Amino acid sequence: MNGIPVLTVLTVLPLVGAAIALVAGKHARAVALITTFVSLALALVVWTELPVDGSIGLVERAAWAPSLGIEYHLGVDGLGALMLVLAAIVTLMSVDAAHRVHHQPGLYFGLVLVLEAGLFGSFTALNFFHWFLFWELSLIPAFFLIKLWGGARRGPAATQFFVYTMAGSAALLVAFLAVFLSTGSMDFPHLTLLASTGELEQMVAAHLGAGVMGWPVMLWLAVGVLAGFSVKVPMIPFHTWLPAAYAEAPSPVTMLLTGAMSKMGVYGLLRIAIPLFGHQIAQIRTPLLVLAVATVVMGAWAAAAQKDLKRVFAYSSVNHLGYCLLAIFALAVPAVGVAAQTSQAAALNGVILQMFNHGITAAALFWFVAMIQERTGGHRGIDDFGGLRKPAPVLAGLMGIALFSSLGLPGLNGFVGEFLIFRGVFSLAWVAATVSLLGLLVTAVVILTVIQKVFSGPTPEHWASFPDLHHGERLALVPVIGLMFLVGLLPQLILDSVNPTVVNLLAHWRF
Amino acid sequence: MAWTIYISFAGALLLALLPKGRPALARWLALAVAVAGLALAVQGFVAGMGQGRVTLVDLPWVPSMGIHFLLAADGISRVLVLLTGLAAVAGVLFSWNIELRTNEFFAFFLALIGGVYGVFLSFDLFLLFVFYEIAIVPKYFLIAIWGSTRREYAAMKLALYSFVGSAMVLIGLLAAYATAGSHSTGLVALAHAGLPVSFQMWCFPLVFTGFAILAGMWPFHTWAPTGHVAAPTAASMLLAGVVMKLGAYGCLRVGIWLFPHGLDPWGFSFIGIGSWRDVFAVLAVVGIVYGALVALAQTDFKFVIGYSSVSHMGFVLLGLVTLNQIGVTGAVMQMFSHGIIAGLLFAIVGRIVYDRTHTRQLAELETMHLSRRLPFVAWAFVIAGMASMGLPGFSGFVAELQILVGAWKVAPWWTMAAGVGIVVGVAYTWRALQKAFFSDVRPSAHALEQEHGHELAAITWPEVTGVGLLAGVSLFVGLYPRILLDTIEPAVKALLAGGGQ
Amino acid sequence: MNYADLFRVTLPETALEIAALLVLVVDLGFLRKAALKVRVAVAALLGVAGCGAALWTMQFQGSGGLALEGSKDMLLATGGFVQVAQSGILVLTSLTLLLLIDSVFTKHVGEYVAVVLMAAAGGLLIAGAQDLLVIFVGLELLSLGLYILTAFAKSSGKSAEAALKYYLFGGMSAAFLLFGFSYLYGITGSTNLHQIMLTSFFASASGAAPLLYVSLVMVGAGLAFKVAAVPFHLWAPDTYEGAPAPAAAFIASVSKVASFALLISIATAIAHIFSNARTVQFVITVTGPVPKFLGAQVPWSIVLTVFSVASMVLGNLAALAQVSVRRLLAYSAIAHAGYMLLALAFFSHTSSSANAVLYYILTYGLTTIGAFGAVDVIQRATGSDRMDAFLGLHKRNPVLAAVLLVLFLSLAGIPPLVGFWAKFNLFAAVLGVQAGVVPFALVALAVALSAVSLYYYLQVLKRAYVMPAVVDTPIKAHPVTLLVLLLIAAAVVALGCFPALLQGWIESLSPMM
Repeated sequence: MNGIPVLTVLTVLPLVGAAIALVAGKHARAVALITTFVSLALALVVWTELPVDGSIGLVERAAWAPSLGIEYHLGVDGLGALMLVLAAIVTLMSVDAAHRVHHQPGLYFGLVLVLEAGLFGSFTALNFFHWFLFWELSLIPAFFLIKLWGGARRGPAATQFFVYTMAGSAALLVAFLAVFLSTGSMDFPHLTLLASTGELEQMVAAHLGAGVMGWPVMLWLAVGVLAGFSVKVPMIPFHTWLPAAYAEAPSPVTMLLTGAMSKMGVYGLLRIAIPLFGHQIAQIRTPLLVLAVATVVMGAWAAAAQKDLKRVFAYSSVNHLGYCLLAIFALAVPAVGVAAQTSQAAALNGVILQMFNHGITAAALFWFVAMIQERTGGHRGIDDFGGLRKPAPVLAGLMGIALFSSLGLPGLNGFVGEFLIFRGVFSLAWVAATVSLLGLLVTAVVILTVIQKVFSGPTPEHWASFPDLHHGERLALVPVIGLMFLVGLLPQLILDSVNPTVVNLLAHWRF
Repeated sequence: MAWTIYISFAGALLLALLPKGRPALARWLALAVAVAGLALAVQGFVAGMGQGRVTLVDLPWVPSMGIHFLLAADGISRVLVLLTGLAAVAGVLFSWNIELRTNEFFAFFLALIGGVYGVFLSFDLFLLFVFYEIAIVPKYFLIAIWGSTRREYAAMKLALYSFVGSAMVLIGLLAAYATAGSHSTGLVALAHAGLPVSFQMWCFPLVFTGFAILAGMWPFHTWAPTGHVAAPTAASMLLAGVVMKLGAYGCLRVGIWLFPHGLDPWGFSFIGIGSWRDVFAVLAVVGIVYGALVALAQTDFKFVIGYSSVSHMGFVLLGLVTLNQIGVTGAVMQMFSHGIIAGLLFAIVGRIVYDRTHTRQLAELETMHLSRRLPFVAWAFVIAGMASMGLPGFSGFVAELQILVGAWKVAPWWTMAAGVGIVVGVAYTWRALQKAFFSDVRPSAHALEQEHGHELAAITWPEVTGVGLLAGVSLFVGLYPRILLDTIEPAVKALLAGGGQ
Repeated sequence: MNYADLFRVTLPETALEIAALLVLVVDLGFLRKAALKVRVAVAALLGVAGCGAALWTMQFQGSGGLALEGSKDMLLATGGFVQVAQSGILVLTSLTLLLLIDSVFTKHVGEYVAVVLMAAAGGLLIAGAQDLLVIFVGLELLSLGLYILTAFAKSSGKSAEAALKYYLFGGMSAAFLLFGFSYLYGITGSTNLHQIMLTSFFASASGAAPLLYVSLVMVGAGLAFKVAAVPFHLWAPDTYEGAPAPAAAFIASVSKVASFALLISIATAIAHIFSNARTVQFVITVTGPVPKFLGAQVPWSIVLTVFSVASMVLGNLAALAQVSVRRLLAYSAIAHAGYMLLALAFFSHTSSSANAVLYYILTYGLTTIGAFGAVDVIQRATGSDRMDAFLGLHKRNPVLAAVLLVLFLSLAGIPPLVGFWAKFNLFAAVLGVQAGVVPFALVALAVALSAVSLYYYLQVLKRAYVMPAVVDTPIKAHPVTLLVLLLIAAAVVALGCFPALLQGWIESLSPMM
């Protein structure tokens, strides 16, 4: 596509759709469906237009406020494009799942579409101002979606979500202001270049002084940036907002939260934190690894202790994203030798794949929970069910596939990402990897428990007439499940485009 | 652009002479004048893009004393005149429902607007002072006659504080005029007069403080919350939106431009304060944090907004004393941005909420479920709140960003303290939003009955237009700050360089 | 003495005297049977005509002044600021006479107008006087007339009381004045102002300083009484409150103009001791326990400064507490006198100070006449001049309320009205003479007190515009009165927006040295 600013169109499209949906009333869902379909198509187009060498393509640049270093600079590489596709798919799934919004549907779908725009914007931004704008932009709809359509304890959940994320954003803003003060630039590629030669550290030290309380300023900035993203991913100990938010939000919104919004955090780590502060992160690698491992293990343990299905999957999300964190911090070492570099590449590939796969899988899982909730009038406790396989075999089957994918069964998409991650991390930080295996084990236990408690065993009387998936739902879910198989069996479909990006990224990162 | 002044005063006179009992005529006339003023402001703004200082009118006024009726506009003036135009139109729209002595209301309103236009366009110190004082009397009457809580006390307090502030400025003006040889009162002439440093050292704080009183600098800010709360909606929109900016503009145009050496270090330092610049920076920062903290504790919705104005004006003052390009530019941006946002906030609280619910107490509003009964208002406040918090995408973000960067260049702890103010700002806006519109408090049975009893009046077209205008401008400037930055930056550069063009 | 010269120089006074006699004759002779309204109208118009004639004759005065034969000592001066003051006196007198229309406080209209005109003649004399005895004659002519005018409302007890107080006070201060004059004559051997100042300069250098100081204090006391400066102001509140309104207006405006013109003459004489005028500085050289004064300039400045500060402070602060608007105007008059005395204390050898003071007193006089006119209308309609009588004025008579708004804001010093410009001009003149710490501090005090004054003026305006009315009946004013008030208000606005109009005229007349 020459001349047409695809990325801008992609970002603006959901906003236009949101405006239409706001006034569409009853037909808001239809508007939203159409918009998300078109977005998905556009995202796939972007995917196909990627440059083969893994560099940033589809670049759009325009001056915005040059005196402040603010530039309208968009672009995607493999990572970004994959995230765009993910966001589009997850939003589509979320809109599809939300067929029982009776209260102010126009506002609901308007907010969802604004959220999608926020996602697109932050995945394509290459200038801090633009990126931060859309980062914050996604926060507001999420808050209102939880607050207005959520469950019984939605008030505190929404507030906690807001406060944590705002605090994280504040830390990010401050750190970036400091970087801007030192360099006069807010441009990610430019800053990455400066960081890769070590110039960024020098400029920061020159402008902001040698150090504060014994630590160099750059290290403080790195901590600030990490804090900001840790809230979003989340990483222990900043995760406490998550279970409440995920549980109280309506399930379609949870799909968005876990499927796409959490990936903003990981994306931020990969696009901003590591490129600019790689050296600093390498310096504090060990504590970070500890936190990542804690996330993995505690996520899994906590999931095991939950009685509410949504909370089970919420903590399970924490666990799955912990693997991403593990890999990211593990690869933050100066790599000498081909072996180390290969491990790094493997880890990074794994992270990216895991982001995609977890997004799809987690969204699907919450979709299933939503369906169960609808059919049982709100019940979603683990112990509430039993033997649902009999009355609802299709549901059981499809959900089972999704659950196994979450477990990491080879052949399904969940396996590939985790495999690559462990492949890389074992060489780079074998202690952490070993301990994280615990997480894998516990996750397995959790998943199997869920399957057993919900689907197997004798069917209680009142669930005998549990309705199965009807055609519309089957039609919607089968492609998703199919995608799980596809990526699981043919990961090179994604890896072929992602790997060059990975190599490119690693070449520019300095630890 | 000078016609903005003339038509405002002409409109005021015309409205004063209108027969009573024709409120509709008064409203439309006022709207026409305000829109005409806005159109002129926009035209002047666009025509002036890329140009430096443009002299509009230069007539000898009292030749023997060197006083000229000198109107000119540089980038800063153009931006602030634009703000005044927008605030005027919005103010008229949000006063559409005034029934008591309508023509007098709009007469005083337009007189105030005319005075404000005059201050922003004056380049003769005497003329600037005249317009500055002209603005005081309409303010008094607007609050005293059409206000609410404790209006007479608030009006008198405001009038006296403003007058004392302007008295201080008058002394400084006389002193500067005499010291410069009693030749001329033109701003450019005085800036180039080479006033001795020792003179500037005492004249600057006097003049700066005099103007800063009107800008709501701590600890002379106490008139502001009382005044804003007591004033009718349009008056508080103008007060917080534009009139406080008069003070800040005076600080910049007169204080900093004419007496630059007043900010030099004294040579000795006392608890870290070594110059007037430090003093005013401390006061500004205190204002930011204090205003924010007090806003957090308020139970009256309008007081929250009133104190938030004090806090935001603290940002403006902080930006001014940074004396670097980016800080001062940020201050001017913040003047514009806060002018729009404060107008929007007061409009929502005063006109849209209070006129319908007749209460401003957050505790009572909590039980009213306004997000359900007045969804337009709730969402308008969400947008206004986001803008006020300084979320990116709205004008406040760019302005506050610049001020923080500018402040950092001078003294990092200024930035950190100001940052605290921003965080608390998020908190109090949040709290007000939650309590007033999105609370989860279950209504008592009695309150439910009341709800069914009074249906809240529907949102009228002037309110929608007003909200749309203000929110739209804030969003537009937030997304495309260059539209203002390109005009402000050269003017600030010229001013800081210490001379004219 | 060359009587032709005397006649030429005193043409305006003569015109006034003739007019006074004419009024008496017409009233007594032809209008005995006519209605009061007619008599009042005729008398007032004749009086105005007389003032007009006096103004017209001023062009024949010539610029030389009047001196005794064979000597250079002037008795009366003409031209320059004298002409300004005299023109002002005549215009203001006409306005107060126009306010007389529709008044019912006396049946002796002819006598009233005659006394006014004669008092005005006294004022004209004072304005041009350069000799102690001429000063005294003019002062007595003016004062006696004023005492009588104050008592004219025979049916009002307040009027009589005020007149008596005024008379007793005035008599005492006249005694002080004469005593001071006698000392001055004794020290210097001359009754001409310039001679006195010159001689006293040398006399004080050789040890007569304490005596000079005493005499200047006495003279200052006498003159301070005339301008109602603290601590000689005690007559003012009662007189302003008790006298019939046109008389009070006359006292507040014309007599002040005359008195300040006299003060300007004295100050000019002090400033121009040496004909090659050096800049006069306010300098106290303290050598030892008793400062050494040279001439009249320093003690005079100190005396005036003390009066000025006291008047500003007491006038403004006391006005805050007033409930009667007339008394409020009285105390504000004291305060305004204080501001003007400041400019006289720091007098410049160019004409800037004199011009500033003249501008101030002329415009102040104009505004005061308007204020008294408006208050009188309200007082006659509601029966009292207390603040509560003004409630709801904007409904009862919107034109009157608007006039009041303009006039009171001008008195407070709000631009773009003339009161602001007058104050600005005055303070600029003070700082233009000397830009040291003391003048700055005094100007700062004056400005600050000006800010205080806004409060009490706003109190009245608040009742007129803001507070709800108790009684709703419209207040009627006589068309001529209303016209006069409107003209005054328009003049206040116009002169404020275009200060160069009056300023230019004054400057064109006053000598530039």
